[in-house]
Amino acid sequence: MATEPQDKRSGGWSRRRFLTAGAVAGAGAVAAVAADHVLQGSLRSGKEAATTATQLSGDNSRLTFGRQTVSFDGPVQAGVTIQPQAHTRLMAFDLVESVDRGAIRRLMRLLTDDARSLMRGVAPLGDSEPELATVPAHLTVTVGVGARLIRVAAGESFVPGWLRPLPTFGIDRLRDEWSGGDLVVEVASDDLVAMSHAARLVTKSIRSLAVVRWMQDGFRHAYGTHPEGTSMRNLFGQIDGTVNPVPGTDDFAEVVISRDGWLAGGTSLVVRRIQMDLDTWDDIDRVGREAAVGRRLATGAPLTGTTEHDEPDFDAADSLGFTVIPDFSHMRRARSENRRERIFRRSANYEVMDQHGRPESGQIFMSYQADPVTQFVPIQRRLDELDMLNEWTTPIGSAVFAILPGCGPEGMLGETLF
Amino acid sequence: MSNFRMTRFAVTMTAGLLTVSLMTACSSNNATTVEKPQTDSTTTTQADSVNAQDVWAKAAPEGDMSAMFGRLTNDGDQTVTIVSVSSDEATEMQLHETVMGDDGSMKMQEKGGGFTIEPGATLTLEPGGNHLMYMELTAPLQAGADSTVTLTFSDNSTLDLSGAIREYSGAHEEYVPDHAMDHGDGHDDHEHDHDSDGHTHDH
Ligand code: HEM
Ligand SMILES: [Cu+2]
Repeated sequence: MATEPQDKRSGGWSRRRFLTAGAVAGAGAVAAVAADHVLQGSLRSGKEAATTATQLSGDNSRLTFGRQTVSFDGPVQAGVTIQPQAHTRLMAFDLVESVDRGAIRRLMRLLTDDARSLMRGVAPLGDSEPELATVPAHLTVTVGVGARLIRVAAGESFVPGWLRPLPTFGIDRLRDEWSGGDLVVEVASDDLVAMSHAARLVTKSIRSLAVVRWMQDGFRHAYGTHPEGTSMRNLFGQIDGTVNPVPGTDDFAEVVISRDGWLAGGTSLVVRRIQMDLDTWDDIDRVGREAAVGRRLATGAPLTGTTEHDEPDFDAADSLGFTVIPDFSHMRRARSENRRERIFRRSANYEVMDQHGRPESGQIFMSYQADPVTQFVPIQRRLDELDMLNEWTTPIGSAVFAILPGCGPEGMLGETLF
Repeated sequence: MSNFRMTRFAVTMTAGLLTVSLMTACSSNNATTVEKPQTDSTTTTQADSVNAQDVWAKAAPEGDMSAMFGRLTNDGDQTVTIVSVSSDEATEMQLHETVMGDDGSMKMQEKGGGFTIEPGATLTLEPGGNHLMYMELTAPLQAGADSTVTLTFSDNSTLDLSGAIREYSGAHEEYVPDHAMDHGDGHDDHEHDHDSDGHTHDH
């Protein structure tokens, strides 16, 4: 019998857990929301604030979430654990040639100050469009680093052994312009304007130290379109993200969060830009599509079950003796008997137009794991050997980063490097 | 966000908003500070009455001009007047105001008589307005570092202001030197607008 990875039944995503008190029910929330408005110079009355707090605590479909914030401070960067927002921009940078240890300290200080302000909905100092900072809508700014940055800041001995490009896979058609980088900043929000402003601000802030290498934008369902904790649908129409460690659990800490030295509280991020060929996928009927993953399109349930989080039965066979969940299916191939070989997936859809307006669609696959070499690579190897989905998917970009540990209210991202 | 004495209220409020457990033993290298010089006398000096918030300076290369911004609040009960500003990072610093020139363009010039702040009032130093001007940097102002300047008040008390250096592209007001002053300091290679005497903030 296959292993039983923890899924979201035991807790589920909870954005509330990571929000400021503004989203927590109760009298304290009213005060906190009011305080938030004081901080932001808002003229909203206490009554309005109270109404907002009440709405936030209920299941109100018309709630206003623009001012809701996610706390920057904490042992793990919030962007790793928060329920994925509707919009995300991943920005990879190359350090300028002259960067030394002191310059990296300045870089970290700029990123920390910007992230902390922007996530609070407060314009960073010198922001020339400060009004755009005041509606963060769950904005998170998450920082990760590549080997070169660590080497310059702290020396070779600080570079984790796994922090290097992934091995080459047969399915890869990687392009340089979507791969690598010395620094990654993920800016994500449930409001596209907030995301765009934060991305621009950060890029400008660090322009003397780091230049953009690539940027990729991803999207998911808008906030409020589905109940909290719903897995997103990808552009193949599949429910994507079902089997995943649950933030806040011991299992999550075990699978995702590093305990090693300066990186304790950090993790690794694997980014794969994967094209999805919607035209050839169109040729496949629903039975074939469901077989390709081993799950039903309507519910996300395994072919052997009825609801999304039912445990698949990989041994169940049909009248002809074939397994109900095909051996070539993505789910079957992606699941390992070794519980260590698990990852935390947090992908987003992408769609870009070429100069003729023809869309290219795909997925920005993002996975977090304590060690990509022992956790991600074996899964990708198996999928490389056999996975029905490979028929319609092509990896065109690849990068690995060390996501920095979080820090406290007076702390600086990357402080353990110095 | 710079945390000065006066922001204690705001800082307390912020702390109340945090829900995630916090790490201990984090360094405090990103907080800007105001250092108050110790005075022997028990009377309150002008510098003692002033609190600063959101202090920052514009990144610029060595030799260029730059400016520091922020908010200065007079929490005392006497009027205070800033008469001069200096820094180790510039050959000279000036108190600047920005005014509309005859041709409609914005020009900055030395503020005659200095900056006066009434009790309870706040002086806002901002791009396109009043600011503390580095006339010629002796070292680059590097983004992510701190810059420190010293304000001198009319009672000779002093206040050190320190804030983050940030990238900023605006604040290109033309500098019109006071006719009484001689600035033979080799700025001629800098950006000029129509006025051949004018300097602009470089970055
Ligand atoms: C465009 C590319 C991909 C698509 C469309 C895709 C889609 C899916 C779908 C629909 C599921 C089932 C629902 C779920 O548990 O989320 C799934 C599961 C999974 N996928 Fe992918 N996936 C892609 C790429 C990858 C890659 C590159 C990896 C890792 C190398 C991966 C690893 C996994 C894992 C570990 C599971 C859970 C398997 C289990 O049930 O234990 N996927 N994926
Ligand atoms: Cu000036």
